[in-house]
Amino acid sequence: MTLTAFESAPLYTGADWDYDKVRRVYDAIEKVALGEMGLDCYTNQIEVITSEQMLDAYSSIGMPLFYKHWSFGKHFARDEALYRKGQRGLAYEIVINSNPCISYIMEENTMTMQTLVIAHAAFGHNHFFKNNYLFQQWTDADGILDYLSFAKAYINHCEERYGHAMVERVLDAAHALMNHGVHRYPRRRGPDLRNEEKRARERLEHAEATFNDLWRTVPTKAGGPSALSDRDRRRSLLELPEENILYFLEKKAPRLQGWQREILRIVRHVAQYFYPQRQTKVMNEGCATYCHYRILSTLHERGALTDGAWMEAMHSHTNVVFQPEFDDRRYGGINPYALGFAMMQDIERIATQPTQEDRYWFPDLAGRGDAMGALRNAWANFRDESFILQYLSPALIRKFRLFHVADDARDPEMKVAAIHDERGYRAVRQALARQYDIAWAEADIQIVDVDLVGDRKLILEHHVMNQILLEEDEARSVMQHLADLWGYEVVLAEVETPGGTPLRRINVSPRVVLGGG
Amino acid sequence: MFTIVDRRLNPSGKSLANRQRFLRRAKEQVMRAVRDASAKRGIRDIDMGGDIAISPDGIREPTLRRSATGGQRDYVVPGNKEFLSGDKIKRPPSGGGGGGGNQGSDDGDGQDEFRFVLSREEFIDLFLEDLELPDLAKRKLAVTDAMDWHRAGYSVAGSPANLNLVRTMRNSLARRIALHRPTGDEIKALRQEIDDLERTGSDRERLEQARLELAEALKRTQRIPYIDPVDVRYNRFAATPRPSAQAVMFCLMDVSGSMTEHMKDLAKRFYMLLYLFLSRRYKHVDVVFIRHTHRAAEVDEETFFYSPETGGTVVSTALEEMARVIKERYPPAEWNIYAAQASDGDNALSDNTKTAQLMTDVILPDCQYYAYLEVGQEGMMPGLPYGGGPRETDLWRTYKQIRAGGALAMRRVTERKEIYPVFRELFARDKAGQPAEVSA
Repeated sequence: MTLTAFESAPLYTGADWDYDKVRRVYDAIEKVALGEMGLDCYTNQIEVITSEQMLDAYSSIGMPLFYKHWSFGKHFARDEALYRKGQRGLAYEIVINSNPCISYIMEENTMTMQTLVIAHAAFGHNHFFKNNYLFQQWTDADGILDYLSFAKAYINHCEERYGHAMVERVLDAAHALMNHGVHRYPRRRGPDLRNEEKRARERLEHAEATFNDLWRTVPTKAGGPSALSDRDRRRSLLELPEENILYFLEKKAPRLQGWQREILRIVRHVAQYFYPQRQTKVMNEGCATYCHYRILSTLHERGALTDGAWMEAMHSHTNVVFQPEFDDRRYGGINPYALGFAMMQDIERIATQPTQEDRYWFPDLAGRGDAMGALRNAWANFRDESFILQYLSPALIRKFRLFHVADDARDPEMKVAAIHDERGYRAVRQALARQYDIAWAEADIQIVDVDLVGDRKLILEHHVMNQILLEEDEARSVMQHLADLWGYEVVLAEVETPGGTPLRRINVSPRVVLGGG
Repeated sequence: MFTIVDRRLNPSGKSLANRQRFLRRAKEQVMRAVRDASAKRGIRDIDMGGDIAISPDGIREPTLRRSATGGQRDYVVPGNKEFLSGDKIKRPPSGGGGGGGNQGSDDGDGQDEFRFVLSREEFIDLFLEDLELPDLAKRKLAVTDAMDWHRAGYSVAGSPANLNLVRTMRNSLARRIALHRPTGDEIKALRQEIDDLERTGSDRERLEQARLELAEALKRTQRIPYIDPVDVRYNRFAATPRPSAQAVMFCLMDVSGSMTEHMKDLAKRFYMLLYLFLSRRYKHVDVVFIRHTHRAAEVDEETFFYSPETGGTVVSTALEEMARVIKERYPPAEWNIYAAQASDGDNALSDNTKTAQLMTDVILPDCQYYAYLEVGQEGMMPGLPYGGGPRETDLWRTYKQIRAGGALAMRRVTERKEIYPVFRELFARDKAGQPAEVSA
């Protein structure tokens, strides 16, 4: 095909934007995104806001409506201070995982920036939200805005009814436990009678079909299977151990009132809603960045974007995907945009122009030609950890010159465990993947026991990995919040894993009983 | 398919409620920070907002985090230049910097202090919290000699100057139509017809009838007036009492040689506070600066604070000057008068009686509040409550005698940091509604 066939007049010229231009650009982007890249998006709703409103949106973690709490005011105050001093710029966009998918664009932006943002957020992020399995499993894009509006009204109502201070205390406590208020695995369903019956019938049929009288003659252990201990019975009754602390409190805390349980539930739902986002930073940004880059370069090739606009877009793009090296003053960890974008491009390269090395490392992917298909598959079925484990190629490790440092507090020095060489690729890849594994980065804390008949002491366990204990002061304050909610004494035992050696115990009694009897 | 929505006109400040909750939560720390900041600030900047740093106690958001130190850790970092596997690296000093790839973005919890910006209004609100002006409502809100006149519909009685012609004529027209008053045209036409008939003499019968009709019409015209008293309407004005929203603040200061720069600075700060305080309560605040040695003069701010002057000390001259200015420009009926006098307490011995008399007879009756601030040399009598004794100054002794009414408050200050507490004490909200009496 010849380029001239697509040659067209630029969609816009100049920096100012207006609704007509946005419409034209949107249609052109949509043609590329849906038609050629095969993206699958929620209906878009693009909202124009001012920078002040953008700051507002920041403070309520990007959601268009949210309940009120002082901590959001605190974040707003800090963001505002930094922004006014020019120490921090504002994000170009905020996009919300909802259906319709809401993207905010700022009125101060130039037309090129709006184009970039629409391609990035309204198509890139949007596709990711709609198709990634984590989001499908854990979030309800159709209902989230309604739910938040309910939550806001409910908490407002509670404040009027029970007073600011009471509600604030419950929210403080719930926020402290927020990261431990998510279900990490799909819940076991309660038994469904029809299925149970079917399974029982199948078991019976199986037993009949494979009946062998010989089994009857096998001697059994004297006294039959050992009886469950008290502790075990109690634990199974309360479905312990339980790692979703907020869920447990909501269902089982003895002294909480109905509205307090509902607030815990709201916070828990919000935490669950954001849970996928925390696990897919690299992929989500990588996907969106790849999309805007691909869409804009396609438009530019066809003359729909002027050279000037393209240069401006690339300027922003390169700023976003800049990765300083570790000894750079600007280094602040691995930039998810940079890593994500590089990996997406790398997948495209492997799919279309593989080297011998790629053929060895990615036999299924190398040279399959359909880069978009491979990417869409990756976007749908992975999270950061598994994505890096699967797709980080030696070529990319070399490009970033990644190296793995092992730091053991008992040794005086750190050790370089692996670098970008033949022996190190797998180790580096594995270590990097683990860095993005939320289950690895976050403390593994579970509620293991509670004596509901006796003193009602709630016992939690922190399974200490790699000898990294909890931050003691903070853990103590969080336990204080937990004790306030639970209403009785709470114990957090930190035990070494594996091994089970107890390392530290934090004992806290409630200071105010939130439930009030 | 997509929609584009313009949200720019939506009300901004959505997070205002969150901010208020935050300030309420951190109130204690913020108040302390505001006090510290105002002590450090230059005089003219005091009523600006600005950066506030508070300690993060009470606004921490604890979470269950794994500790940032200790244990076995793995970092993957970009930008290897010289390392080979197996190399040993020195640990970076603080544990951050070189490694720490798996630490999330710092959310401010680790910081020593929390910085944010207070707006001007918030700053001053906190600054002046729970202060109340003494006897604010006393005079102006009750006295109604200042009136605003507003149009308030129409009335049937009034002065001719307020006659509303349009209304009056409309009523008159309606009445004339309703009562069938013959119009001028009808009468004119009748007269014309009669004239014609008389001239031609053709139709006698009609002539007769026309004459009767004319007579009838004229009779009706006379019986039904063109404008009747019932038609008349006047513009009505209603008077509403206007609470006086203006205050004048007199700054009196002894500028004789015995007043040091430090003392003047103390005084400045006090005036500053008073001004701030008044400008929060009144729409319009005038400031009059009167400085005195053995003679007094009204001066501008610059001269007041910075121009040197020598001479003796005669306080009554300043009071006379103040009385003159009040008489000329600030009638007490319309102005809330506040005065703050700063002095080191010196006065010519012969002047004390005159001063006392001026105060009781002229100044105090006109004043809402008169604050006397005795400024001392830095380091002198630190923290000693001024409670009589041999070192009582002339002026103090004089004022003490006349301090019977509530309007005069006196206080002694030697250090800058005492200003604010003193100010607060002078203007503290009192249960009895009176300014707290200063114990001396």
